[in-house]
Amino acid sequence: MTNKDLRLQSSPHFKDRDSVPGIMYAVVLSLLPAAAASIYFFRWRVLAVYGLSFLACMATEAVFLKVRKKPMTSLWDGSAVITALLFAMILPPDVSLDIVIIGAIVSIGLGKQVFGGLGYNIFNPALVGRAFLQVAFPVAMTTWTPTSFQIDSATFATPLGNLKFQDAIMQGTLTPIKELFLGNTGGCIGETSALALLLGAAFLLYRRVIDWRVPAGIIASLALFTGVFWLADPQSFASPLFHIFAGGLIIGAFYMATDMVSSPITPAGTWIYALGIGLLAGLIRLFGGYPEGVMFAILFMNTFVPLLNRLTRPRILGERRRG
Amino acid sequence: MHFKTFPHGIHPPELKKPTAEKTLEVIPAPDKVAIPLHQHFGSPAEPLVKKGDEVFLGQKIGEATALFSASVHSSVSGKVLSVEGHKHPLGKPVLTVTIANDGRDKSSPDIQANKDPLSLEKEEIRRIVKEAGIVGLGGAAFPTAVKLTPPKDKPIDTVLINGCECEPMLTADYRLMVEYPEAILKGAELVRKATSASRILIGIEDNKKKAFEIIRSKTNGFEAEISLLKTKYPQGAEKNLIYALLGREVPRGGLPFDVGVVVQNVGTAKAVWDAAETGKPLFERALTVTGDGIANPKNVMARIGTPFEDVIAFCGGRAENADIMVMGGPMMGLAQWTPEVPVIKGTSGILVWTAAGPPFEHNCIRCSRCVTHCPMHLVPTQLMKYVRYGHMQEAESWGIMDCVECGCCQYICPANIPLVHWMRLGKSRIISLKRQKKAHDK
Repeated sequence: MTNKDLRLQSSPHFKDRDSVPGIMYAVVLSLLPAAAASIYFFRWRVLAVYGLSFLACMATEAVFLKVRKKPMTSLWDGSAVITALLFAMILPPDVSLDIVIIGAIVSIGLGKQVFGGLGYNIFNPALVGRAFLQVAFPVAMTTWTPTSFQIDSATFATPLGNLKFQDAIMQGTLTPIKELFLGNTGGCIGETSALALLLGAAFLLYRRVIDWRVPAGIIASLALFTGVFWLADPQSFASPLFHIFAGGLIIGAFYMATDMVSSPITPAGTWIYALGIGLLAGLIRLFGGYPEGVMFAILFMNTFVPLLNRLTRPRILGERRRG
Repeated sequence: MHFKTFPHGIHPPELKKPTAEKTLEVIPAPDKVAIPLHQHFGSPAEPLVKKGDEVFLGQKIGEATALFSASVHSSVSGKVLSVEGHKHPLGKPVLTVTIANDGRDKSSPDIQANKDPLSLEKEEIRRIVKEAGIVGLGGAAFPTAVKLTPPKDKPIDTVLINGCECEPMLTADYRLMVEYPEAILKGAELVRKATSASRILIGIEDNKKKAFEIIRSKTNGFEAEISLLKTKYPQGAEKNLIYALLGREVPRGGLPFDVGVVVQNVGTAKAVWDAAETGKPLFERALTVTGDGIANPKNVMARIGTPFEDVIAFCGGRAENADIMVMGGPMMGLAQWTPEVPVIKGTSGILVWTAAGPPFEHNCIRCSRCVTHCPMHLVPTQLMKYVRYGHMQEAESWGIMDCVECGCCQYICPANIPLVHWMRLGKSRIISLKRQKKAHDK
């Protein structure tokens, strides 16, 4: 028996099978029902949006990795694929294709790689791209199309736009919850079908890829906030159920805010973060200038994540309880 | 049925099947044993023999002179070949007594049996344990005599007997429980008397139901209660076991004494009984030899000082392509660079297998799985960043010194970050910074 060939390594010598690509592709998989729903509701053109977003994201990622002299292995870790998918899903269905490319480059470039790539971004990359477009192309980003099962009209709006600008409650044109839930309603490509999104989210929760506290906290605080106003004045304010299923709340709560990199790592921090997102989203929807507030709510709370982590160190086993 | 356990932790593959039902086999004493004088937590023992001396089996060859130390005994009878530095499983060379075995196992005249060990007085039990050089056999090798001498202001109410063996692959403790339940119970009783505790609690994980049944069938006549625990790693870590069974939290930086508890591993309890009954000092121990690089995985009784290569040869030898050799379990065990190192008191297992090579390390994606699974409730990824960027004060205030290096964080990390390695680095930096500061202040 020789001893030259013995390999030294530090403990532990066992390793769980799950990996970064494993997690990332689980998220990609979970988004497929919603992607399928988007094709069903908005027809084949959205495929071009997905395709271009994917190509632009991967190309940007590859260029940055090359310039930063990082291993190309990281290109295939799945994180850029998620960004590409999510970014495409939060664009209006008829968005022009050059805008898709610009936004995708911004998502990966300014949203992720300038901070140091995967793991170092402060904001959710897809939302950075989306916020950039919102500012750079405000009209294109607020022009909506009906689903292939809806009747077109000159004043077509998303359920939330209808609520905010067209007095939907008094007119009696508020979108029914059922339509919101199934997704037969105006909105961004992948956000309209709560059912398809929840299907994927259930898989992620089951696999423990996402932290249940995030969607739970967001939905709870949004429901509480909008619920108070609805109870006080149901003639002016929509129900919490409407707010949960309308717009980007479901995709935001289960897929955007849960982004591991840009959300807190401590349980207490996660609760504060999630409750803050729900509250801010409600605040913007009810009293802000935009009909929808989920994107800004998440981006805003993303900025607090480092601080929340620092302020909410968990109590160490055997540490005296404070107070 | 609801079994007790502790929060957090992980479920690694158990891999206990290959050896679980294999009876402990005694390995013949080798021609030559190398017995290090430092095999335990604390200071090394002082050598009592020199080259050329004739020694008996069980003769004391190293004397514990410090409080935190343990005496060392010869595991064969024969002639001392050398007293010098020798390869040691903990890495650095250690002063070691090498003895040529004369094959006669002539017992030391100092070894005296007791007719009625259970009626021994407290002081007597402590003296026997100290003389026998007994240390914790779970792996940490903490001198047992120290544990049996709690400070006056810290009354002990409970003796916990640790039958968790939560490390995957290891089954030696399980074998001891199945084969020597009475010795374990009687040893626990002696520990109870020595610490003036009122009761004994035995914790066994529910993947070892047979051991649980066997020990339970023998508890009549003992102040002992036995509990099944929900199998989870690291249940056998002292602080987690105390929490699981009693719901008590050992204060940060404190010892089980602080919550009225003394914890002993089942193997240690048996060693205490053996020493009290037959006068036999600790010169052999049970260990598991397993892994896919071992032809014939076994549980064995090996003399302290037996080279790993002899133990492995007894189990059919090492597969040619096997390139990892670990002392201990796969979660906390130490990789070895040579099979010439000897079995020491802390050797709970020898594992040999073929490794896949280091995995690709991704950036931390802040998934916080390390936070969710840390049994000490630390934030490993944050600690890793503090250490990496040299923020040692933050690392300390975030509890790096509370890390027990159980390996849960690194096991669960999807980015393959060597978190435990960073923890060790951070701890050793903090300790050396403190030493420097002390020296500077003087």
